[in-house]
Amino acid sequence: MYCLSGHPTLPCNVLKFKSTTIMLDCGLDMTSTLNFLPLPLVQSPRLSNLPGWSLKDGNAFLDKELKECSGHVFVDSVPEFCLPETELIDLSTVDVILISNYHCMMALPYITEHTGFTGTVYATEPTVQIGRLLMEELVNFIERVPKAQSASLWKNKDIQRLLPSPLKDAVEVSTWRRCYTMQEVNSALSKIQLVGYSQKIELFGAVQVTPLSSGYALGSSNWIIQSHYEKVSYVSGSSLLTTHPQPMDQASLKNSDVLILTGLTQIPTANPDGMVGEFCSNLALTVRNGGNVLVPCYPSGVIYDLLECLYQYIDSAGLSSIPFYFISPVANSSLEFSQIFAEWLCHNKQTKVYLPEPPFPHAELIQTNKLKHYPSIHGDFSNDFRQPCVVFTGHPSLRFGDVVHFMELWGKSSLNTVIFTEPDFSYLEALAPYQPLAMKCIYCPIDTRLNFIQVSKLLKEVQPLHVVCPEQYAQPPPAQSHRMDLMIDCQPPAMSYRRAEVLALPFKRRYEKIEIMPELADSLVPMEIKPGVSLATVSAVLHTKDNKHVLQPPPRPAQPTGGKKRKRASDDIPDCKVLKPLLSGSIPVEQFVQTLEKHGFSDIKVEDTAKGHIVLLQEAETLIQIEEDSTHIICDNDEMLRVRLRDLVLKFLQKF
Amino acid sequence: MLKSQDLSSRILSFSLRLAGIFAAQENCFQYLQGELLPTLFGEAGPLGGAAWTAPTVRSGWVQGLRTLARHPSALRFLAACGAVDTIFSLQGDSSLFVASAAGQLLVHVLDLAMRGPAEGRRGPRARDWPACAQKIVCHIEDSLCSAATPQVTQALNVLTTVFGHCRGLWTQGLWVRLSPLVARLLEKDPVPASHSLVDLLLSVARSGPRGAAGGVGRSSSVLSSDRGLWETLAQTLSHLSPTQAGPLALGILKLQDCPQALRTQAFGILLQPLACVLEAAAQAPGTPGLLEGAAGDSMTVDTLLSSKSACVGLLCCALAHLGLLQPLPQRPSPWPQVPLLGAVVTILRLCSGSAAPTSDVGGRLCAILVGCGRVQRAALDFLGALSQGTGPQELVTQVFSILLEYLMSPESSSMVLKKAFQATLRWLLSSSKTPGCCDLDPHTQQFLRELLPVLQKRLCSPCWEVRDSGLEFLTQMTRQWGGRTGFRQALLASEVPELTRQLLRDPESYVRASAVTATGQLSGWGLRATPASPERPGAQQESLLGELLHILSTDSEGFPRRAAMQVCTEWLRDGRADVAEDPERFVAGVLQAASRDLDWEVRAQGLELALVFLEQLLGQRGSRCPYSVGLPETAPPGVLAQALQVLCRVQLFEFAFRALFDCDRPVAQKSCDLLLFLRAKAASCGSLQEAGDSPSVASVEATLQRWQAGEQGQPLGYLEPGAIVAVLRSVDLEGLRDTLAESSDHVEKSPQSLLQDVLAAVGVLGENEADCY
Repeated sequence: MYCLSGHPTLPCNVLKFKSTTIMLDCGLDMTSTLNFLPLPLVQSPRLSNLPGWSLKDGNAFLDKELKECSGHVFVDSVPEFCLPETELIDLSTVDVILISNYHCMMALPYITEHTGFTGTVYATEPTVQIGRLLMEELVNFIERVPKAQSASLWKNKDIQRLLPSPLKDAVEVSTWRRCYTMQEVNSALSKIQLVGYSQKIELFGAVQVTPLSSGYALGSSNWIIQSHYEKVSYVSGSSLLTTHPQPMDQASLKNSDVLILTGLTQIPTANPDGMVGEFCSNLALTVRNGGNVLVPCYPSGVIYDLLECLYQYIDSAGLSSIPFYFISPVANSSLEFSQIFAEWLCHNKQTKVYLPEPPFPHAELIQTNKLKHYPSIHGDFSNDFRQPCVVFTGHPSLRFGDVVHFMELWGKSSLNTVIFTEPDFSYLEALAPYQPLAMKCIYCPIDTRLNFIQVSKLLKEVQPLHVVCPEQYAQPPPAQSHRMDLMIDCQPPAMSYRRAEVLALPFKRRYEKIEIMPELADSLVPMEIKPGVSLATVSAVLHTKDNKHVLQPPPRPAQPTGGKKRKRASDDIPDCKVLKPLLSGSIPVEQFVQTLEKHGFSDIKVEDTAKGHIVLLQEAETLIQIEEDSTHIICDNDEMLRVRLRDLVLKFLQKF
Repeated sequence: MLKSQDLSSRILSFSLRLAGIFAAQENCFQYLQGELLPTLFGEAGPLGGAAWTAPTVRSGWVQGLRTLARHPSALRFLAACGAVDTIFSLQGDSSLFVASAAGQLLVHVLDLAMRGPAEGRRGPRARDWPACAQKIVCHIEDSLCSAATPQVTQALNVLTTVFGHCRGLWTQGLWVRLSPLVARLLEKDPVPASHSLVDLLLSVARSGPRGAAGGVGRSSSVLSSDRGLWETLAQTLSHLSPTQAGPLALGILKLQDCPQALRTQAFGILLQPLACVLEAAAQAPGTPGLLEGAAGDSMTVDTLLSSKSACVGLLCCALAHLGLLQPLPQRPSPWPQVPLLGAVVTILRLCSGSAAPTSDVGGRLCAILVGCGRVQRAALDFLGALSQGTGPQELVTQVFSILLEYLMSPESSSMVLKKAFQATLRWLLSSSKTPGCCDLDPHTQQFLRELLPVLQKRLCSPCWEVRDSGLEFLTQMTRQWGGRTGFRQALLASEVPELTRQLLRDPESYVRASAVTATGQLSGWGLRATPASPERPGAQQESLLGELLHILSTDSEGFPRRAAMQVCTEWLRDGRADVAEDPERFVAGVLQAASRDLDWEVRAQGLELALVFLEQLLGQRGSRCPYSVGLPETAPPGVLAQALQVLCRVQLFEFAFRALFDCDRPVAQKSCDLLLFLRAKAASCGSLQEAGDSPSVASVEATLQRWQAGEQGQPLGYLEPGAIVAVLRSVDLEGLRDTLAESSDHVEKSPQSLLQDVLAAVGVLGENEADCY
């Protein structure tokens, strides 16, 4: 397994398995954008007047590229993303890419469009549709604020060393790339083939891959990759909580040789229920005080559950008159898509469709004008905008998107609150370029993915032979080194990997399945050598194509072809010698010695060896070596004696 | 009837119990023992037949014998019909009720056999004992020696009942005889039926052999058995596992007098798990532990680390036991308040994940306990109990900080939060008890400043249980501290009063109820919500009274209405300003709402309010002690006439008379008391004139009779005071009070009811009713 990403929840691994090369997810690490200045939608005097950064010795050659804000240094350039490793393995050799959820496909255009990739991508329909929305939003956020400058000077290794943290410690900055274009997105998405849960997809006859519901997001999947005798389970971003998606299919993960476990919760100490409670309470407190609430979020996922909670909560909390705004270039599509993927939803929501009712209650919030959605702050929104209000908008990194505008607008008042619900970004780092900030900040990350207790139960349930996971899961978090409960605890211990590492997976089985043609099978004469076990000799031609092996009857002996002058090589008949009988069984040494004595051999000595026994006939200067799979009679040119001894040996064996 | 082939098991069971009741009288027994009793209870009866398979028949058989066995003749009968053996076998009956009743019957028979004139002279030797008792005791001995745990359990349970309920001197001899067998159980590994063994030993220790001898008359044999008992208890403590030994240790520490060494051993058992935790989490070696020298008891550590359930079980039991022990006068002294506080704070930190133990055991405990709600609840309960003692300021600061951590944490479940609120309240109240100081100390003041924003957030929680416990906490705190300046200032500066007011319209009825109580309490102390916030200048402050009356008349759930009635009563009692302005209108409004209420508690509370009003008009009732002889003082006629006028205007009588025939007994009782009080007040006053247009006394009485019969549609109409007094005199309030004082099942238990049951049973059988008479 080639590990191309160091981010445990945005994985990208390549599995070489049974002569296929399978990429498992292609997550895009966007935390690199935290090193950049935000892209304001509206001209921000504050941001544009930030002082340039200069070295300690006063050298200011970087002051165009780097700006300083409240003691932190940011790159003043178009934000860039940290791609998966592209040097570890030739990505043009990748046969297929399996996508597990829409968050884990954001690097797809970089892989499919720039590496010579010619294979197929497999994903479920909601994954593709919502993934497209996320990409579209990202491209839109970045393209609508064109920035002439592209900083590269600071990436020079000699210069980077001189920069303050965290820029100094940023890894692989030379490989960071600007965002892809919509054209690349469309091209990448066109390579995707849609699949459904439990659908079996054959890869070159060697491997079968199957997506299973993972319970985390609409259409999110875990994957089973199996040959006839080996099974790898790829578990990525799964949830056992009852939220909107179909529940996780655990049973199908049983009997795996290897279980690759990625995408666990990023906040293992926070229980989503408690966080939702915090979210609601803080929201209500702020709004009651006349303040506004800003919720930086992705346009799909947890937002559906939050809106559902708020639907139940706002009346009881007396917030019915407060407007809720959802601002995203894809807000409308996201809200509507969620209502049409009924077959991918949990049972409760599925049954609503038959009533018929919209599965998510945000439909009612929209109908009653409590929730309004807009593509951006420009246009209709500015006419409808009323305060105090609650705004859901992206991007959670606070570096681009409409959220930048609201941070600038509301940041100065302590009545307002920004509530972080997405766990992907450190909220303190996200807020750094907005300091000093008067608005209240509440961090209640809602991550419904598996926590370590659930993982431990899952592993007990499905009992894989080996677990493979990112290194972050194999030890407690560095800040809480005593929390032994915050790591994967299994036997044998999990094998861990890190970015740019190649891991040999421990497979034990060494079998291949071979089919026998019916006519060949008919000709076999099995002989029962012990109850339940029959043997038969087979003479056949082994035909191998597309990783499928078939035994076919041998060609009939060709008739003498006197008339032809030349024979083609393929017409050659295999030598059909008279077959010797096959032997089976084992030789009980004691009885064998008794038999020898009965037949007049004396002075017999038996020696035990590592592999079996040696029977020494000292008088005859003969040695009989008995091992598990062979018996040798070593005598000095006495063929008569050898044959006699051979026949005695054969008496103990079965022949057929 | 018994000869009938298709007799139902219920009838047969009833017959067995009925025969038992009859045969309880010795003369009646003589009459019945000839034929009926052997037919019912002997081998010729249902015993062993098809009917015996029904548990109800076996239960009837046991109960019949239990009632019957009241005289020596009964004992002879039991012996003759072989009933004792059957009782032995019923001890292991598949029906738990039958098995338990059989055990109790055995104790009853044994007690009956052993008591009597010769009781005091009976020693431990079997030959001094009656045959029946001998048989039972031999059976108990056999069971105690049995290898089968259920048999041992049965024997131990029987003995526990003996020592718990039988007060005869003979129990002393029984213990002398059986204690070696009991002690022998401890030699087995594991100790069989440990729960029952603990129960027995505690039962013996509490009474029987020791207590019965008492004081002056203690003989040396008693003392020796006494010593034996303490030894057995000490042995048991050391043989049982830490989890099993906990209840025994607690029982021992509750005993009034027992050797100090045993008490120390028992207390050690309870402290052990906490000592282990304290040691495991200690940051530096040498930190003072809970138990000197014995902290690392390996058995306890093994139990704690063996599995999550074992660890949680042991810690919860230890915390609960120590919590029960804490308030008792006989708790061990000196009480290790400081290390206990340290231990419980450590446990809470381990549970929240905020502790960072360095030892291996500590790390494993942390992994087991983190996020464990059960331990959190038990620890918070115990922490609350520890508020009765004191501790060094540093530790108290830690207590408040861990409480605040729990109250703030989004991870705290609603139950944990409730316990955290309760513990916080206890600590706040105990820390502010500084004598001579009428305001809060700076630490408390600082804590309040941090606490109120948390409370504010909790009042906005989407989980109604959290909102509810937040409001309860607020109510309690205001009740205690409503007059303290520091608290008042902090509260008024927060949004808590306003949020409380808003929760009056909460969708959850429990929350509305708590909000009503809290608002009532706040308003009682003048802690009203700050006037409308500047952001919403249009919002008018509605009258709180109006809001309460609105809840009282429109809320669909009972709890908020009950709470509203209570607040109204308190306001009237305390003479709150806006009530005192026009109490008559207030009472009329409330009574009108209460009279229509479907919830009996609301109606009962309405009567309570009426009584308060009455007392304010006519003076206090006499002593409320039910045993006091004095009659309430009569009111001067002028005052009375005036008061009656007022009562008529607020329609108190219509409400009270209707309540007199309320289908819910407590309401009727309360009304009866109220009217009796009023009648006593009016006793001296016979000169009130009846007005001409008022309904006559006769018509009022007729209406009341119809009400009693259930036809409550007709109103009483406006009554003149004179008519009221006359009606009060004519109604048999005392008779009504006596009837109401009877228990609610007195009709079912009366002989008349039994006869009706017999008739009904006969009716089922279709036989002649006349025969039964």
